[in-house]
Amino acid sequence: MSSTTDVSPNPTGAAAGRPRPGGAKAPARRGKPGGRDLAAALPWITPALILIFGVVLFPAVVMFYNSTRDISLSGLDKGSVGFDNYVEVFQFPYFWPIFFRTIVWVVVVVAFTVVISLGLAQILNKAFPGRQLVRLVVIIPWAASVVMTTMVVYYGLEPYFGIINKFLVDIGLVDTPEGYGWTKNPATAFMWSIIVAIFVSLPFTTYTILAGLATVPGDTLEAAKMDGAGAARTYFTIVLPQLRGALSVAVLINIINVFNSLPILRVMTGSIPGYDADTIMTMIFKYIQNQHKVDVASALSVVAFIIVIVIVAVYVKVVKPTKEV
Amino acid sequence: MTVTETRAMLASDAGHGASGRQTPPRKRRYTADQVPLGNVLLRMFAGLVVLAVFVVPYLIMFFGSVKTKSQILSVDPTYFPTEWHWENYLDMWSTPETPLPQNMISTIVISVFATLLVLAVALPAAYYTARFKFPFRMVFLFLVIVTQMLQPAVLTSGLFRQFTALGMIDTWAAMIFINAAFNLSFAVWIMHSFFAGIPKEVDEAAQIDGAGRLTVLFKINLPLVWPGIVTAIVFTFVACWNEFAASLVILSTAGNQPMSVALTKFVGQYSTSWQYVFGVSIVAIIPVVVLFMLIEKRLVGGLTAGSVK
Repeated sequence: MSSTTDVSPNPTGAAAGRPRPGGAKAPARRGKPGGRDLAAALPWITPALILIFGVVLFPAVVMFYNSTRDISLSGLDKGSVGFDNYVEVFQFPYFWPIFFRTIVWVVVVVAFTVVISLGLAQILNKAFPGRQLVRLVVIIPWAASVVMTTMVVYYGLEPYFGIINKFLVDIGLVDTPEGYGWTKNPATAFMWSIIVAIFVSLPFTTYTILAGLATVPGDTLEAAKMDGAGAARTYFTIVLPQLRGALSVAVLINIINVFNSLPILRVMTGSIPGYDADTIMTMIFKYIQNQHKVDVASALSVVAFIIVIVIVAVYVKVVKPTKEV
Repeated sequence: MTVTETRAMLASDAGHGASGRQTPPRKRRYTADQVPLGNVLLRMFAGLVVLAVFVVPYLIMFFGSVKTKSQILSVDPTYFPTEWHWENYLDMWSTPETPLPQNMISTIVISVFATLLVLAVALPAAYYTARFKFPFRMVFLFLVIVTQMLQPAVLTSGLFRQFTALGMIDTWAAMIFINAAFNLSFAVWIMHSFFAGIPKEVDEAAQIDGAGRLTVLFKINLPLVWPGIVTAIVFTFVACWNEFAASLVILSTAGNQPMSVALTKFVGQYSTSWQYVFGVSIVAIIPVVVLFMLIEKRLVGGLTAGSVK
């Protein structure tokens, strides 16, 4: 959470760091803002406060509270059980495999997304006929429903009639039309989920990097060229360091999104019995929907919540996305 | 740096244009004029590969949507449809798996009203926090950021219990509130940054001319922050349109569910009517893709304006 406070001194968002004409020479017309200013502000911000407290913060409190309660299958609160729900979460024999699978899920998806996006951005940043069309097409998985994108891949991998499977057979990667049972087998279904997750994460990441590339000074590139630096050397010594801000932000947002991602695994691996392709997020929904254990689901949600906070905090501490370059 | 702020920055490029303080447009780098033809061809080839990768899943979807059921489930499938069965786009609305017309209406109602609610709530807050100082202003903005760190998926069990207690479980209203609440922070930040980009002198001049606060907001500021509002609307609408996790748990009646949830019922069926799944998907995807493409220029640009330069 430390990152969020960094922002406070400068609430102007994108305008931060830009010269603000008039800002400096216009002194405060009044003294410190007081109670009357707060009263004047309330009509403007109260609706937002109601939404934030009522639909985000209060449910979070409800979730923490429920994680210590015994809630019957029908939803009746039968009193406090202390940390029994947490004990159930951690004693579930598949918990640690699921935990480590979640880490693999996040790390692999984010790492591949960033590396591939760096390449994509490089291509889209160069001038060539039709570039605008390619840029527009890259947006599609960003706007399209992740459920629908995943479903077409799921269908494509089906034995015999799946088109992706047929393609893999045709190019010789798979040797029978029956295919590999990609979506029937937890390990391969999980692998394909990772591929889909990377695919749908690429547009946002690529566009973030493209925005970063726009800040690389043209004359520096020119100078590097004059000095005889090759394309690779220019990229790694000049362009990549400039992308630090864009990259660290893209990684942070991707970590949060990928960790919280439900639809891909739900579609790809949801019909596989057992818990061999689950992440923490899909497990939460299995507790709620299949087992009707809202109390245990709440405990696992709290665990997930803490994991996200820890990952983000560590990341912000190590990478310092706000650091000026 | 936070998620919201960055997303706001990512999308806010035009805001500075609107404020009239933008630096002159930079020369496009890597201009084609001194690039050898071989390089241009290489780039075009790379672009073509990218194009293919990103369009193929949706082409499969489209081709599948005009095949017959026996074609799409054929053990010897063809990449392209051998016959084009456009009537699928009429027939697909009645399938036994789920009431798709109702799901479509559900998606539309939830997205439209959640977007309107976001706009009604975020616009005043963004305007006021960008323009006026008041006690706890930073606390308020911090709260807005906190909501961005939380996604509905991780709070589902809390949301489920709360809306059950309120008797609002399985209602569109619940999903309208949830979608609005979780998209609020982005809308506030993007519009906040646009409002902050308008010099205060503009307001002061108008006030000297006798304009009231509301007149200043609606007549003077709104036209200038219009690009920010459009961006906020598009992002919110698309996010609501595709929302999945909370809808999955909150909406249990088939007819109340949005498309994203309804379509998953086709998975794992013995013989799925994939042609209908894909027809519906195409219909659901096109509007939001077009919306996103309309603001493409604003997706690129503003990201590193504050943090790196």
